[in-house]
Amino acid sequence: MRHLIDIMDLSVEELDEMIAVAKDIIDNPEKYAHKCDGMKLATLFFEPSTRTRLSFEAAMYELGGNVLGFSEAQSSSAAKGESVSDTIRTVGCYADIIAMRHPKEGAPVVGTRRSTVPVINAGDGGHNHPTQTLTDLLTISREKGRLNNLTIGLCGDLKFGRTVHSLISAMSRYDNVKFVLISPEELKVPEYLKEEVIIRNGLECEETTDLEKVMPELDILYMTRVQRERFFNEQDYLRLKDSYILTPEKLETAKEDLSILHPLPRVNEISVEVDDDPRAVYFKQVLNGKFIRMALILKLLNK
Amino acid sequence: MIIGKIQDGIVLDHIKAGQGMKLYDILGLDKLECQVALIKNAESVKYGKKDIIKIDSIIEMNLDAIGFVDPNITVNIIRDGKLSKRTHIDLPETIEGFVKCKNPRCITTIEQEIPHRFKLTDPETKTYRCVYCESKLEQ
Repeated sequence: MRHLIDIMDLSVEELDEMIAVAKDIIDNPEKYAHKCDGMKLATLFFEPSTRTRLSFEAAMYELGGNVLGFSEAQSSSAAKGESVSDTIRTVGCYADIIAMRHPKEGAPVVGTRRSTVPVINAGDGGHNHPTQTLTDLLTISREKGRLNNLTIGLCGDLKFGRTVHSLISAMSRYDNVKFVLISPEELKVPEYLKEEVIIRNGLECEETTDLEKVMPELDILYMTRVQRERFFNEQDYLRLKDSYILTPEKLETAKEDLSILHPLPRVNEISVEVDDDPRAVYFKQVLNGKFIRMALILKLLNK
Repeated sequence: MIIGKIQDGIVLDHIKAGQGMKLYDILGLDKLECQVALIKNAESVKYGKKDIIKIDSIIEMNLDAIGFVDPNITVNIIRDGKLSKRTHIDLPETIEGFVKCKNPRCITTIEQEIPHRFKLTDPETKTYRCVYCESKLEQ
């Protein structure tokens, strides 16, 4: 039985295989419409989410399966003090596969310890969010036709942004990928990520606070939100939240085939005028999230 | 300064100077009923200075804890006043039960029954990370 806790649980071959399945689902949805008939996905969301939970649910419905679960901790036995391990073990009696989100880092690892069904980490605090990374990889692959030979700019909250950490780890395994890390000093990529992923793998990397300076060299611009919920101190959040706001003017020097991604939700870091730019692919990215989650469910259920 | 020989017991030797008290605490030696001597800054040919712990009883030792504090420590078992066994310690691959994850966002902060466990991720820098949240263990 396989779980997905960290994007690095999947080999490059498995990633490529899942991306290929997702593309086939997009081209031939009818082939997959009954793959999970009679099966159930439990979505256990101890922390609120719109996109991730609904995309998991839509994915399972489109595979012919059904969905049960909760969307906040207060409506589960966690409110009575039940442990994550017990909750997962209990839900495993009702469902064939579980997608869980939890505000505490490492909660899905604890969940897998006694689970009888596959567990998917749908986000654990500021730590990992592997299905967002799968979504990002499918989007990059569809937009660029490749996952190698790319200069990827990551902009905004690179410290607490779990999607950024997972994307760097995943992309570090493809050839000739350069990272440009754009953030305020206080929100730089954590040292461990630099030491254990970027430096150890000898990856090309540039750190800057100036988005406009590096804009012309980027193939991908991955924008992120400064997340209020990751700060213990409200004043720090207020000081940093407007560090980068992407506007049409700032895109004037960008490549014509740049792809702008964002894991969403956004607050104001991408102005709405950018939405009409053909280079803005973040709503396509949302749709890709459903397709890659379908591919993931099929893989973990051996369908 | 003279500390007498022990008849049956354990000598933890070649402890990096200054680390003896940390090891004393981690091993919970304060809970022992037998005599325990902690010698700080003893002369060492190899290191210049070292700490030594002598325990006047043969007890179960947590070798992982010793290796975590300092993998250069040697564990000498004394029987009938003579060296019976000398063990050199390696850096343990995993450690559990004697250090806690300090990340306030870690699942271990709200679920008390989960064992605090760390894995060695970089032997060169002696880096351990929490198996749940991957936070670095500060030493």
